[in-house]
Amino acid sequence: MANIISDETIEYVGILAKLELDSEEKEQAKKDMGRMLDYIDKLNELDTEGVEPMSHIFPVNNVFREDEVRNGDGREITLANAPERKEDCFVVPKTIV
Amino acid sequence: MSLMSLTAVRLGEKIKNREVSVLEAVQAALDAIEAKEAEVGSFVTVDREGALKRAAEVQELIDKGEIESPVAGVPVAVKDNMCTKGLLTTCSSKILGNYIPMYTAEAVLNLEKAGAVIVGKTNMDEFAMGSTTETSAFGATKNPWNTGHVPGGSSGGSCAAVAAEECPYALGSDTGGSIRQPSAFCGVTGIKPTYGTVSRYGLIAYGSSLDQIGPVAKDVTDCATILEIISSYDSKDSTSVKREDYNFTSALTDDVKGMKIGIPSDYFGEGLDGEVKEAVLNAAKELEKKGAVIEEFNLSLVDYAIPAYYIIACAEASSNLARFDGVKYGYRTENYNGLHNMYKKTRSEGFGAEVKRRIMLGSFVLSSGYYDAYYIKALKTKALIKKAFDKAFEKYDVILGPAAPSTAPELGQSLSDPLKMYLGDIYTISANLAGLPGITVPCGISSKKLPIGLQLLGNCFKEKNIIRAAYTFEQTREYVHSPLCIS
Repeated sequence: MANIISDETIEYVGILAKLELDSEEKEQAKKDMGRMLDYIDKLNELDTEGVEPMSHIFPVNNVFREDEVRNGDGREITLANAPERKEDCFVVPKTIV
Repeated sequence: MSLMSLTAVRLGEKIKNREVSVLEAVQAALDAIEAKEAEVGSFVTVDREGALKRAAEVQELIDKGEIESPVAGVPVAVKDNMCTKGLLTTCSSKILGNYIPMYTAEAVLNLEKAGAVIVGKTNMDEFAMGSTTETSAFGATKNPWNTGHVPGGSSGGSCAAVAAEECPYALGSDTGGSIRQPSAFCGVTGIKPTYGTVSRYGLIAYGSSLDQIGPVAKDVTDCATILEIISSYDSKDSTSVKREDYNFTSALTDDVKGMKIGIPSDYFGEGLDGEVKEAVLNAAKELEKKGAVIEEFNLSLVDYAIPAYYIIACAEASSNLARFDGVKYGYRTENYNGLHNMYKKTRSEGFGAEVKRRIMLGSFVLSSGYYDAYYIKALKTKALIKKAFDKAFEKYDVILGPAAPSTAPELGQSLSDPLKMYLGDIYTISANLAGLPGITVPCGISSKKLPIGLQLLGNCFKEKNIIRAAYTFEQTREYVHSPLCIS
């Protein structure tokens, strides 16, 4: 395997991805990612010098509209999905200590 | 014979002519689901009560003459990544296991306006990440042709439901082949339209630049009819395209005289199953007999589509799936220590292995120091792939090839080697990268009695070419009902 994923890299990616992996999952993730990157490295065979990266197939522009309320009051139905709520608020763990 | 053995358009005609009531049609679907679900497992949620209530409403609208559409009163199943107001929408994930949307996806709304009756939500690979429907948190769906095999994925539930005749048609979504590959595996027909044709509003995002919703049904007529209904310009989807022509059904003609069809020789090399190859090339011969001009050509860059796709799709997924944080909806872990720990534990417990794998890869390729080497490189590759297709479509109206390298694999064979599973997407993935429309139609049955699918790709906005070619081919062959329906 050409791409060796270090413990630090997996740790760092876990932080970016907001995922907590146990040690077994970490080992598996290292293997999976290394193997996938080996495969992905195939792209290096391609000469892409001077090629413009294409994020959209069609030319897209920002879609502007007036800032008017178009939907009705969805407060109850929205909050009904909250894992935890208090009156009209979502409850989250304390963020400022 | 069950009403569910009819196509959606035929059943719609019977409802219109008062030969069948909406209630009878919906009841037939619910009966079929009840009889077959234990074997096939196409659904995450069956909305019996809602469907029966809606059936009465739609009947009234039809009686009053307020709805006139070819599928008014016809039952439909919707893939469980499309939001349906008031009806559980899980994406086949634990993290959305209790999510009740507050709005309905635009494509589904368009169907409802046309009088469709939703009977349930179909199983899928979790967040549409997979090619077998085995990554679902709620168990795998089985292939109605042989329940020891997978239905394909990620719209495996939708395709199995149609093949098992639990409902006449369904909606699926296609990010890298997720309509076309399971349609091939289940012996049904499915279309992925040009990117931007069907609104993505209310479709739970996987790879936003690639995702498109499309129909799955028994034949090309159904697919064209349903696509016409669900397509619309929608200001709520920032990549929605205002098209000049949505009249897809006008292309349902048995005529390919003079149509130029290209066969990429690079689609028929190593890795393609012999029986699949033979069935697909036979289909090309049939089209040639009907007057099409068939030519082999070299598409090029085929081997680079999968790596480019997995970089782009995973990058977009890692960003899109950041919204699942245990705050606003869905699952939240029980025990945690502070906000960040709550996020991490919620996501780690809520997502399955394949979803985590793709979020990790996506986060990596977007991370500082790797962004140019991977993400930008993939976007440049995408530009080259698009160019290769542009060049091909200067010469050809349609590109013909297989939908998948093999027939449906056995259950339990794919997930242990993710890379091998990814390679199975080789013929479908480029269409997503280049935004092209594609259709899969059944073209044969293997010696193991599993269906084989033919894929036809068109240039952007040229659905009519592939619909015409698919329809013409379909006239040469009878629809074969899956064994699960005949018993």
